[in-house]
Amino acid sequence: MLGSVLTLAFERPPIDWHAIAPELVLLGFGALLTLVDIVWLERGRAAVSALASFGLLAAMVPVLTLATDGADRVTFWGAYVIDDYSLVMKAVFLLAGYVVVLLSTNYIAEGDYWESEYYQMLLSAVLGMVVMASARDLVTMFVALELLSIPAYLMATWRKRDLRSNEAGLKYYLMGVFASAVLLYGMSLLYGTAGSTLLDDINAAVSGDDAPLAVVTLGVIFVVAGFAFKVSAFPFHTWAPDTYEGAPTPVTAFLSVASKAAGFVALLSLVFVGFWGRSDVYQPLMWALAAASMFGGNLMALRQTNLVRLLAYSGVAQAGYMLAPLAVAGESLTTADDALSAVVTYLAIYAAMNLGAFAVVIAVARRTASAEIDSYRGLFHYSPALAVAMTVFLMALAGIPPLGGWFAKFEIVLALISPQTAWGVALGVVVALNSVIALYYYARIASYMWVEQAPANSGFDTASPIKVPTSVSAALILTGAATLAFGILPQWIGHFTDVTLLATLPS
Amino acid sequence: MTDFLNDWGLTLVTFIPLAGALVMLAVPAVEHRAIKQLALLTSLATAAVGALLLLDFDYGAAGDLQFVVDASWIDVINSRYIVGLDGISLPLMALTLVVVPLCVIYSWDHIPDPGNPKAFFILMLILETGMVGTFLAQDLILFFVFFEVVLLPMFFMIAVWGGENRRYASIKFFLFTLFGSALMLLSFLALFFLSTDPATGESLRSFDMRLLSDLAGAGILGSTQIWIFAGMFIGFGVKVPMFPFHTWLPDAHTEAPTVGSVILAAVLLKLGTYGFVRIAVPMLPEGAEAWAPWIGLLAVIGIIYGALGCLAQTDMKRLIAFSSVAHMGFVMLGIATLTDFGINAAIFGMIAHGIITGMLFFVAGSVKERYHTLEIRRLGGLLTQAPRLGWILGFVSMASLGLPGLAGFWGEFPAILAAYSPAEGLPVETFRTYMVVAAVGTVLAAGYLLWLLQRTAMGKPSEEFADSDEIVDVTRTEWISWAPLLAGIVLFGLLPGLIFDVTDPAVVGLLAAGSGG
Repeated sequence: MLGSVLTLAFERPPIDWHAIAPELVLLGFGALLTLVDIVWLERGRAAVSALASFGLLAAMVPVLTLATDGADRVTFWGAYVIDDYSLVMKAVFLLAGYVVVLLSTNYIAEGDYWESEYYQMLLSAVLGMVVMASARDLVTMFVALELLSIPAYLMATWRKRDLRSNEAGLKYYLMGVFASAVLLYGMSLLYGTAGSTLLDDINAAVSGDDAPLAVVTLGVIFVVAGFAFKVSAFPFHTWAPDTYEGAPTPVTAFLSVASKAAGFVALLSLVFVGFWGRSDVYQPLMWALAAASMFGGNLMALRQTNLVRLLAYSGVAQAGYMLAPLAVAGESLTTADDALSAVVTYLAIYAAMNLGAFAVVIAVARRTASAEIDSYRGLFHYSPALAVAMTVFLMALAGIPPLGGWFAKFEIVLALISPQTAWGVALGVVVALNSVIALYYYARIASYMWVEQAPANSGFDTASPIKVPTSVSAALILTGAATLAFGILPQWIGHFTDVTLLATLPS
Repeated sequence: MTDFLNDWGLTLVTFIPLAGALVMLAVPAVEHRAIKQLALLTSLATAAVGALLLLDFDYGAAGDLQFVVDASWIDVINSRYIVGLDGISLPLMALTLVVVPLCVIYSWDHIPDPGNPKAFFILMLILETGMVGTFLAQDLILFFVFFEVVLLPMFFMIAVWGGENRRYASIKFFLFTLFGSALMLLSFLALFFLSTDPATGESLRSFDMRLLSDLAGAGILGSTQIWIFAGMFIGFGVKVPMFPFHTWLPDAHTEAPTVGSVILAAVLLKLGTYGFVRIAVPMLPEGAEAWAPWIGLLAVIGIIYGALGCLAQTDMKRLIAFSSVAHMGFVMLGIATLTDFGINAAIFGMIAHGIITGMLFFVAGSVKERYHTLEIRRLGGLLTQAPRLGWILGFVSMASLGLPGLAGFWGEFPAILAAYSPAEGLPVETFRTYMVVAAVGTVLAAGYLLWLLQRTAMGKPSEEFADSDEIVDVTRTEWISWAPLLAGIVLFGLLPGLIFDVTDPAVVGLLAAGSGG
């Protein structure tokens, strides 16, 4: 009797347990970390980082089984979709999370910060991202967004007694909730138009000729603006430089790669599923955002003296490159596929090269205790391996063949030229010009490391090579190998990122 | 043996240097001798494979691509690993394979400050892979990747081992060439999307250079071709370098270490002109026709401007750099005629300029090492102090100004002659004017080279160096590294057919596809 009443009140959606296995594994390991902390207290500290990295790799197992299974799965009444695209992105999030754990291990342990909690936060943020990759519903998206954002706000302030870290977290938090509010408002407008939160339904509602154009336009702009904050696109980037500089560097690496990618995943699902039919609204918007981000990010990066701030601005420009294909995505079905593959490829390669750059920053800061570009003078002469690694990552970011970044940029330009429209070609030229501007500041850092001699009064030892902890070395080797491999044999990554979202569309 | 070469020859010749560089990573940096031996061994092994290819090459079919390898590479964008050797690639590949070992030998006891031969040779070997790969690639994306691979090593070679102003010069070089290649890539993509199969009218979506040259722009509107060609024009033009994109070159040359200058002059500049011959002209004949008068104009401006620039220089290396601008002007003039005669002359010009100017930079480097300056007015009396070095400088200068009987002549004279009768559809009067201007340029060339010789080699040694015991004559390593180039200058001067016979069938083949033949 009671059972039937409950069934009436809440109908449990059918759940495909295999489909959500990666999420369950992450959740399980998060809970396990809490238990370890409660039961063993201080004695458990040594195990937490290993446990967290094991959890992230364990979550890769169901991702792989789902990938070999091959079939697209739809669960939770269409709100949650497992297809090639979401699996690729889940893998990127999990592996990026794993590298971040490698980068954090020594940093967090030696800095005398809360350890167990840190990894719990990290796992729950990654869980949010993994959920985001499958979300095809506004509410699910929002839950995923908050699940990844709130731990990230906390992690940014992890250096508790450091003023800058507190500033970083507070700025990030205030700007973040503001963006969430804007996003929610936009979502409410879309929900009002469609009467459903499912992206498929929203697409059907906004694409029709009788859709209220003003409301839809406003809804699209607000939703895109909300996620533009997450990907730090110009002019929604203002939090990034301060937060990046103040936050613990491994957290910065996490924000600049994983959190940015999560924002992009949401934008991709929205553009290719939710707004697909309204290319007249989102294309000009994306065009402007992309061009502004590229020019804005690169021009401001030129004047930076701190490497982390420089990477923040270069991240703004990189977001611009990734937004660019969305400006032509609605031209045709082939273009849409090209554009989606281009952004996914870029995200994967960007994760490798940017995490690598931060790994070097972390390694060098162990000696210099600074991220000022000045402190990189003469690095090649006393720590050649790190200087070469940094050069590889910076030149990959600049897009110089045969390092990974070239293929990422190439796919972007390919997608822009493919519809053969004037706007697309123009944006392609903008990308080309910006690659040249960006090269200037990347090459400047390289010449600091290679050309200059280390100053005698630097206050740190410039005679012996910097000792790199094992876990950071592992991160460097992983990201470096990926950066090289993606550049020389792009098919390795191109094979996985050749995905489509439009197959799920009702034709 | 032939089977093996067919399947692996070109791949080996491209990647042996890279493999050598990787092995060298494992050698401790203090083992200078082992590092030098490994570098020499690697470059000689590469040259040996190259020699086998040259022996096995079917000269009767120099117009066809030989030793072709066509393997899958990046399927998602239909780009393949296609390499092949024909009469146009062959001399340029051979030039590269000869110049790099000579540079290694020269560096034996000339490692520039701040030392570190390990890094120096690793960069040199990576450069070799990039250069050889560019000349062999038959896929636009593969070509692009190799074309760019040379950037980083050359940037670091100038930035680390260069002169006073090396930071400025290296970044300028890097930015200019990247700007060009970014636009070039856009043009490649436009070709990719716009080329259509004439039979079905469908988009080909192919980067296969063989296919695209055979198509010769069929299906692409003339007005579109002009735009696509413009992108390549800037891309290749920066590399050549053509006036007005040349300003990076004097800076780069002046600051680069000696072997950096040699490689830059001998091979790197040829990547640009090779791009015009191999890609821009055959794939976009209508675009080429529209641009040819302008290319010709910039070429003759380059000739005159380079020559006048030379007359104004006070630094020997900078002077040679400006003479490069002038010489590459002759090469571009040959290409601008769009005739097989002109393009053959251009390819000969590339080889001749590679040998001669490379040699001039070697001499300049050795002068700098002895006098610690290249300021022309402080030099003098080289012939009395180091007579053999002085005579070599004189001999190479004669070759450079185009003395008949030496290699330089066959690069310049036919190019000028070709301008008399450019391809059909080009304005004849304009090109004849260019011909006259270019001829004046040769006179100026004689002027600045003889003047250079007079001021540096002749006369009495200046007082500050009169008693210097550092000024010795040509050393043994210098002889070994220079002799092949000096022999080449005479050999190709006396027997220009050695090169013309190889290039001609390939050039005719490329142009025939363009005229719908």
